[in-house]
Amino acid sequence: MSWMLFLILFPLLPAVLLLIVKSVSIQKWIVIFASTLICAGAIGLAVTGIQGQPRYFGNGSSLVENLVVAGDIMLALIFLYACRRLPLKRCWIPLMVLAQYGVVVWYELSGRVPGVADYLFIDNLTIIMALIIGIVGSLITVYSIGYMQRYHEAHPHIPDRRGEFLSAIFLFFFAMYGIVFSNSITWIYYFWEITTLCSFIMIRYPRTEEAVRNAFLALWMLLVGGLAFAAAIVYAAGYCRTVELSRLVAMNKSVVMLPALLICFAGMNKAAQFPFAKWLLGAMAAPTPCSALLHSSTMVKAGVYIVLRFAPVLHNTAAGLVLAVSGGLSFVAGSALAISQRDGKRALAYSTIGNLGLIILCAGIGTHQALWSAVLLIIFHALAKALMFLCVGTVEQQTGSRYIEDMHGLISRMPILTIVMLIGIAGMFLAPFGMLISKWAVLEALAKRNPIFPPIVIFGGSLMLFFWTKWMGKLIAVTGRQPGRDKGIGIEWTALCGLALLTILGCALYPLVGHYLLEPLYGYDPMLSHRAIMMVAIMLGLMLMLPMGFFIHWKNLVHVAPYLSGANVADPHQFMGSLGSARAWSFRNYYLDKYFSEKKLFRGTLAGSMALMALMFLVANL
Amino acid sequence: MNPIFMIIGYILLAPIGGGLLMGLDRIITARMQSRVGPPVLQPFFDVFKLLGKQNLTVNRFHSYYLFFFLIFMMVSGAMFFAGDDLLMVIFALIVADVFLVLSAYSTNSPFSSIGAERELLQMLSSEPMMLLTAVGFYMVTGSFNVSAIASSGRRLIFYLPGIFIGLTFVLTIKFQKSPFDLAVSHHAHQELVKGISTEFAGPSLALIEIEHWYETILLLGMIWLFFAFNPALATAGALLVYFLEVFIDNANSRVKWELMLKSAWLVTLLFGLGNLLVLYFVLHIG
Amino acid sequence: MAFFKKSPWIFHYDGSSCNGCDIEVLACLMPMYDVERFGVINTGNPKHADILLITGVINQQNRGVVRTIYEQMGDPKVVVAVGTCATSGHFFTECYNTLGGVDTTIPVDVYLPGCAVRPEAIIDSVIEALGILEEKHKLSRRAGHV
Repeated sequence: MSWMLFLILFPLLPAVLLLIVKSVSIQKWIVIFASTLICAGAIGLAVTGIQGQPRYFGNGSSLVENLVVAGDIMLALIFLYACRRLPLKRCWIPLMVLAQYGVVVWYELSGRVPGVADYLFIDNLTIIMALIIGIVGSLITVYSIGYMQRYHEAHPHIPDRRGEFLSAIFLFFFAMYGIVFSNSITWIYYFWEITTLCSFIMIRYPRTEEAVRNAFLALWMLLVGGLAFAAAIVYAAGYCRTVELSRLVAMNKSVVMLPALLICFAGMNKAAQFPFAKWLLGAMAAPTPCSALLHSSTMVKAGVYIVLRFAPVLHNTAAGLVLAVSGGLSFVAGSALAISQRDGKRALAYSTIGNLGLIILCAGIGTHQALWSAVLLIIFHALAKALMFLCVGTVEQQTGSRYIEDMHGLISRMPILTIVMLIGIAGMFLAPFGMLISKWAVLEALAKRNPIFPPIVIFGGSLMLFFWTKWMGKLIAVTGRQPGRDKGIGIEWTALCGLALLTILGCALYPLVGHYLLEPLYGYDPMLSHRAIMMVAIMLGLMLMLPMGFFIHWKNLVHVAPYLSGANVADPHQFMGSLGSARAWSFRNYYLDKYFSEKKLFRGTLAGSMALMALMFLVANL
Repeated sequence: MNPIFMIIGYILLAPIGGGLLMGLDRIITARMQSRVGPPVLQPFFDVFKLLGKQNLTVNRFHSYYLFFFLIFMMVSGAMFFAGDDLLMVIFALIVADVFLVLSAYSTNSPFSSIGAERELLQMLSSEPMMLLTAVGFYMVTGSFNVSAIASSGRRLIFYLPGIFIGLTFVLTIKFQKSPFDLAVSHHAHQELVKGISTEFAGPSLALIEIEHWYETILLLGMIWLFFAFNPALATAGALLVYFLEVFIDNANSRVKWELMLKSAWLVTLLFGLGNLLVLYFVLHIG
Repeated sequence: MAFFKKSPWIFHYDGSSCNGCDIEVLACLMPMYDVERFGVINTGNPKHADILLITGVINQQNRGVVRTIYEQMGDPKVVVAVGTCATSGHFFTECYNTLGGVDTTIPVDVYLPGCAVRPEAIIDSVIEALGILEEKHKLSRRAGHV
């Protein structure tokens, strides 16, 4: 239990320190020190805490309850303060704040909220989430030291308040650990809204008009989720007579369905599923560490985490099926829309939405095998996506562009960074890496049910394959330029190489993860059979032999120019044009705008997802 | 049958079988065009000749990726014939294809790169149907393992006729036959010079040829599973499908990628998913 | 290895001819003559080809192209100059922009005169070229490369 308290409370210390200390080098050491401690804390928790059964801690004490209420009031005031300069026509944003907090605080203060026996709890899913937050989060935080330094060098007109940014990251750790360790939905609500606040602060950081606009977009969309959460608290307090998560999940379905659906709605909202996808796309205006930490590997995972917690309630219900279909729609739409994106970060955002949709699909189905796959997906997606965002961020800083087309031939310009990036992309979809194992598990789990879901996963997966391989192709073109553009990447290498190593290790060690962490939760899964492990091991072994060949000097290779119908000139990037002068040739990927552009797909998906959300609530009583 | 023997048998015999089938392909094509055609061992002569040519390359990496293309193809086929999980077989096949695409991209040549894009579109078109085939097998036999499917004794062709039609349609894409030979063109049907294989010469090209032999045997193996209850019928069925592909190749001209993608997905949804839905209702309600 | 004789892949390039010889070359692939019986494939990619069939004269514009294509063919390779224009430039040598036959730019192994060349002669020249191909291969192996 002490590990848990440490992990929740300790991040507040660096959060405060970073606001006070102005010296950049001291900030750097605070960050490194604190990140290492958090990472160690998460690992310590995992090592001491792995067991079969969930364990509960923390007797209800009115002092802590009152602290949370005070925290709620403070949050409400902070939100209102943030909205103080909004024009009158956007008054509905502060009104939403008042509505949610008004109701929740009133309920809490007037004693309508029943007490909770145990405030904290831990089970293997908690441990997995804690490890992801601790390890991936710490690596990203260390990365952000180097990133923010160069960010401010490159953008001198943006006021340098990186202490605030780094402080917000640690506040975020506090909130995330609060979410995964809390057993009371009022507490989860409090931490949930803190993550909204962190998101708002970090997106707004550049203080450009675009950033501020997107920050408010994220704010109001996330507040919609908060409203749903508040409504769930009210309902649970009133009708279910408890706000304890563990008891709610085990309750009779007909009683608890509505708050469960409301919280799942909030979870999908946080996970930027359609129809709430817009905020995540706008959030790409934030500096890259924010995108990596919040908007791909951790905060949005809190959304799917809470849906996973309520999966037992949704299992075998009509609402659960509709939720699964809704997740499936996000998966297919996200993957399709990613194809047409030329901006690397935007493409990654759509891919995130898609993969989270897949996790929600599994949660909606709710069988043991499906939940197994969902957790595997969470782990591997967090690793690979964080890595990808960090790579794109570094590429943007080194080359000045984050457009996929400008990454053509990156392997010649920045070989090591490109290799790390290729590991990240491969980790997202290629056998035998983690995401593929998870998708394999998903298909095995879904094929048992009705035949609607496997095609959703299959089509979404094929679309993802197309878009990722296209990107890999861009990176891998050998243009023969001189390397050396990866000078100047300093401390970021820790995170980049660390995450790349974890992606590979995660794949190699997935049987251990499965056996020690997942099996006690969800039972045995065919993924752990000897044949499966052997197949993955063989393929991973072959893959890892790939880099070795680059060091072998192959004899008998005769270098010629690429075939350009005989019109080659000395420069391989040019050809002899028709009027007798050399002209450059260039190659661009297909973006298939005619079929997969936002113009074609976004509105339809929005309408479909809204209809599914409505349907989900309508069939709640079936 | 002992998986080890099957694996060794596949690795040693599949190239021979695949090569002979390719030779037959050329002879049948020639006869359809009122020509005589080469001897049936011609593909082997081609490969041996290529092995003796200079290995022309654009950079020192792309031939190396091709090596992994072949290896993963062999892994995929070996897993299939050892009776392993069909989904993993298809995923390994995809990895092999991705390596081919990556090696084409890495040459940084216009014809290769467009060929690679088209190959990706072909994968996008054909992959859903192949995975749906595996799901269909699961629905009838209750297992994804090839050994279980082959020995289940169920007459899969009667349960999964739509999937069979869909798979045959999609095999036209996988075998690179007209009308879906966008990425790499056979012999006389050029469009992008040689598409993906433009920059590969000599031994690298031989490697691609050998891979195609392995792939042919693997894909025909999937067709074989539909008739696994009667091995003689299954062999005849596989050969018949191959002959059908050759016939379609000669009867059609290349289409644009939009038509390929749309028609493949339409067939996948209509015949593939349609078959699964009908089967689901029949099995669970009937 | 005798395999070059069994699987000769040709690359046909038209310098700047009247297309008469080109049509005759293509006629060899047609049912009447069917060179595919001998394993001949007309590949459009010099990197895949063994035999370069050139028709037409070499002029200022295409000499660079011819040289590039020749360099992009893998060893062993042979060049067959098909038609009188390719062997010597025919009566176009007087023109201001023509340089003459193919051997002004690249080494030629087989000269095949004719205007237009008959398919039977083309097939005969390819057979001739195959013998030279085998010789080159043996020589290069003896010299220690490949």
